[in-house]
This record gives sequence, C-alpha cells and structure tokens, in this order.
Amino acid sequence: MATVDDLQFEEFGDTTTSLAANPDATTISIEDPGETPKHKPGPLRGLGREEDDELLGNDDSDKTELLAGQKKSSPFWTFEYYQTFFDVDTHQVFDRIKGSLLPIPGKNFVRLYVRSNPDLYGPFWICATLVFAIAISGNLSNFLIHLGEKTYHYVPEFRKVSIAATIIYAYAWLVPLALWGFLVWRNSKVMNIVSYSFLEIVCVYGYSLFIYIPTAILWIIPQKAVRWVLVMIALAISGSVLAMTFWPAVREDNRRIALATIVTIVLLHMLLSVGCLAYFFDAPEMDHLLTSTAAPNQTVVAAKSS
Amino acid sequence: MLKRVLSCHNSPHVFAGLSDISISQDIPVEGEITIPVRSRVREFDSSTLNESVQNTIMRDLKAVGKKFMHVLYPRKSNTLLRDWDLWGPLILCVTLALMLQRGSVDSEKDGGPQFAEVFVIVWFGAVTITLNSKLLGGNISFFQSLCVLGYCILPLTMAMLVCRLVLLAEPGPVNFMVRLFVVIIMFAWSIVASTAFLADSQPPNRKALAVYPVFLFYFVISWMILTFTPQ
Repeated sequence: MATVDDLQFEEFGDTTTSLAANPDATTISIEDPGETPKHKPGPLRGLGREEDDELLGNDDSDKTELLAGQKKSSPFWTFEYYQTFFDVDTHQVFDRIKGSLLPIPGKNFVRLYVRSNPDLYGPFWICATLVFAIAISGNLSNFLIHLGEKTYHYVPEFRKVSIAATIIYAYAWLVPLALWGFLVWRNSKVMNIVSYSFLEIVCVYGYSLFIYIPTAILWIIPQKAVRWVLVMIALAISGSVLAMTFWPAVREDNRRIALATIVTIVLLHMLLSVGCLAYFFDAPEMDHLLTSTAAPNQTVVAAKSS
Repeated sequence: MLKRVLSCHNSPHVFAGLSDISISQDIPVEGEITIPVRSRVREFDSSTLNESVQNTIMRDLKAVGKKFMHVLYPRKSNTLLRDWDLWGPLILCVTLALMLQRGSVDSEKDGGPQFAEVFVIVWFGAVTITLNSKLLGGNISFFQSLCVLGYCILPLTMAMLVCRLVLLAEPGPVNFMVRLFVVIIMFAWSIVASTAFLADSQPPNRKALAVYPVFLFYFVISWMILTFTPQ
C-alpha cells in the first residue's frame, strides 16, 4: 500500500546520473521542439540525412500522431466516422493548396501540411472543379476555334462532362490505391522508415491536381505552343510535389525499383494531362488548315449574313 | 355529453376505511364532462382529409409562393428552413430540365443535355452539397438544405425563360451579350440568396468551405443555361 512517503514528489536528477546509477533503466528525454535530437543512436545517424530528423524525431509530430490515434474511433458505419475526414478549416485547405502549388525542395507535402489529418474535402472538390473546368474549357476553346465558320454549329457537348468525371475520379482514386498497395508490398520486403496511409496518398494526389485547374482554363488559348508550355509547367510543379512526397517512401529500397516507381508516378501524371489535352481540346492548326483551304467565298457568305 | 355509470363493490376486508362509502348499484352517477377545447384543435380534429381538394392545393401553392418571395427578396429569415417542402424545388427542376433538354428528333450531333441529365445534375448536386455541409459539421438538416438549394434555383429558371425569349430574336453578339448579362445577374442572385440561408448553419472557420460547392453548383447550371442553343 502507498505510504505517505510514497506520495511525495521525488527529484530524480539528471538522466546521466540516473543512467550511471542504473544502466538498465530506460529514460525518456523530452527536448524543446526546436532542437533536433542529434544524440539519438540508430540507423538514422548512418544515413545522416536531415530530412529523416525532420520526419521522425520531431516531438511535435509525435504529439500529432498520438492525437490522431485518438481521433478515429467511431465504427465505419456511423456518420461520425466520415466526419473525421472533413475535419479541416478553411485556412488549412488553403495552406495545403498553396503547398501543392509551391513545392519546396526537401519539404515533404504530407509531413508539412497533411500531418496525420488527411481530408477528403480537398481531393473530392478539386476533382469536381477540374472535371467541370476541363469540360467547360474544352467547349469554349472549340467554340472559339470554330468561330466564324458558317458550317459549324456549336453544340454544348454534354457527354464530355461524364467522360471527364470518369477519367479524373478514376485517376484520383485508383492510382493511389495501386500505389498504396505497391508500397505496402515493398514495405513487407524492405523495411521503409516512412510509410503513408491510403488516405494520405489520396490527399496528396487530390491536392496535386489543383494546378491543372488554371491550366485547363488557360488551355482555351488556341495556340499549340502555349498549350504545350502549360503542360510542361503544370507537370513540373505537380510532378515534383508527388516525387518529393514519395521519394522518402521508396528510398531504402532497391535503387532501380525506387527510380522506376518515381518515374511511373510522373509518367502517369503526364499521361493524364496530355490525354485530357488531346481529347477535350481540338487541335487549332487542323481547323485553320481547313478554313484556309476552303474557298474565300465562305467568309464572304459569313459577312453577308451577319 | 358523456354518461358514465359507476358501480363499486364494497369489500370491507380490503378497504376497511372505505366501508362507509358505498354506492349502490341502482343509483347511476351521470353527468356531463366537457373538455374546453381551443378552436385550433378543432381544425385538426376535422383532419385535412375532409377539406376540398382546392383548399389543399391552394394551401400548398401559397406556401410555395411565399417561399419564392423569400428567395427573390432574401432576408435573414427562417421561413425557408423551418417549414421546408420539396414541391418548389421539384417544380423548378422540372421546368428547367424541360426547357434545357434537346429535342428527341435531333440527331446524335446535338450534344445538349437530356432531361434526365439535368434532373440528375440538379438533385445529385444538391444532395452532394448537403452531405458536404453536414460532414463539415453544419447543423442544418438534410431536407432543409435540399429545400434551400432547390428554391434558390428560381432566379436561374427565370434567366432560362428570359434566354429562351431572347433567342427568338436573331442571333448575334448582341444577343449573346444580353443573355450573358442576364445569366450573370441571376447567378449572383442565386448565390446571395442561398448563402443568406445556408451560411449561418456552418461554424465560422468553415464557411468558405461550405459555400464553395454551392458556387460551383450554380455555376454549372448557369453554364448550361448560357450555352443552350435552340435547334
């Protein structure tokens, strides 16, 4: 039973002295979050990379891990379970969008912005906006390209919305699923230090698609060179966000597999943007060719009727 | 008037103290029991089944019309939220879809939306926005939110009517400018009206997150109205 003496607070002194007294005792040292714990032994020192210290040794991230673990406790058939995925404020969403637009080399998007609070708001509504942006811009650009042609009757191609929705939502959900499965499989073979949950991967992919919204709107400009420059810029930005996010997750793996993973991620991203450009936006030169080879009397007819 | 006859048997071994209170069997106790009723109860008492059909329809139509007025002159009032109904949204959605659909005799080339597509976009869009608002932690009920979103399509339906009338005139850039102007005004009106009703139900640090999908929803409907081309 506890006596009065046992209930008094005791001073335990410095960790070094207690370690000297009892070498087998485990001590926990809690430092200020500003210091990185450079004196921790282990495989981290061998690699000597600062990123890992930032990723793992930070006390702040431990706290958020603990808090995150307490959050999701409702069973999956209740409404509250899904509410945990929408537990973001306006400024947090803006910060994440900003993080996807300005990839800082060395900073991991997931660690910096998502921080164990993956949300589904961003991915879902960014994809929805992108679907409508692509469909509307595609229609607008076709309209502007064919403007002035008397033979062209403008139709709002509504079925393009459904096709765009299928493509983009499939990309935003199936590719993360495949990537997550691949990472889990590699994790079972090679012990990776950094591993992401499925929702964090969905989050990264969703926010990385944000750059394509202004790109799609700018694709209305019917110049092929402009469009390809835009593709390159958008691919560079979102590709680098994805590459920097997933590089720590595959780094410990076989060099070739790691490189192949990153290249595949970027390649799929490029495929998406180029595919959307090719399918939804008519090529401008082809139609200029058509109008120039047609007789000039067409423009005369157009001038007469207007 | 109610008549009750009371008879009570004297059981001295159970109710010893009551032995001197006995009511003989042949003396009926009768009287009148009236409950003071308020006049309102008598209305429900007759139940709306007995009223004429005209009464029923006029009452519902008046409720719908009153809500239309609330949408057209949006003030911060709870009428739309308190007595929600989905008649107004249904009427508006059907009207809009009928006016937006392409004719069935057209060939494959005309890519305008079908009736079903417009209907699905409006209703699934409203359901998605409502779910989003509830998931973000808003304290509005599901049908209240559907009601508000459906009623606030009214300005855009009016814009559709105006556009169809304007399209009867000869086509040209002036025609397009007029339609663009009308659609933009009505789009802004819809957003203002729905935000006036919906914004209060969200916690303050998530208002923008809840309002943005509403913006997207009405933008898509406005786009469909603006790009409508007659055959």
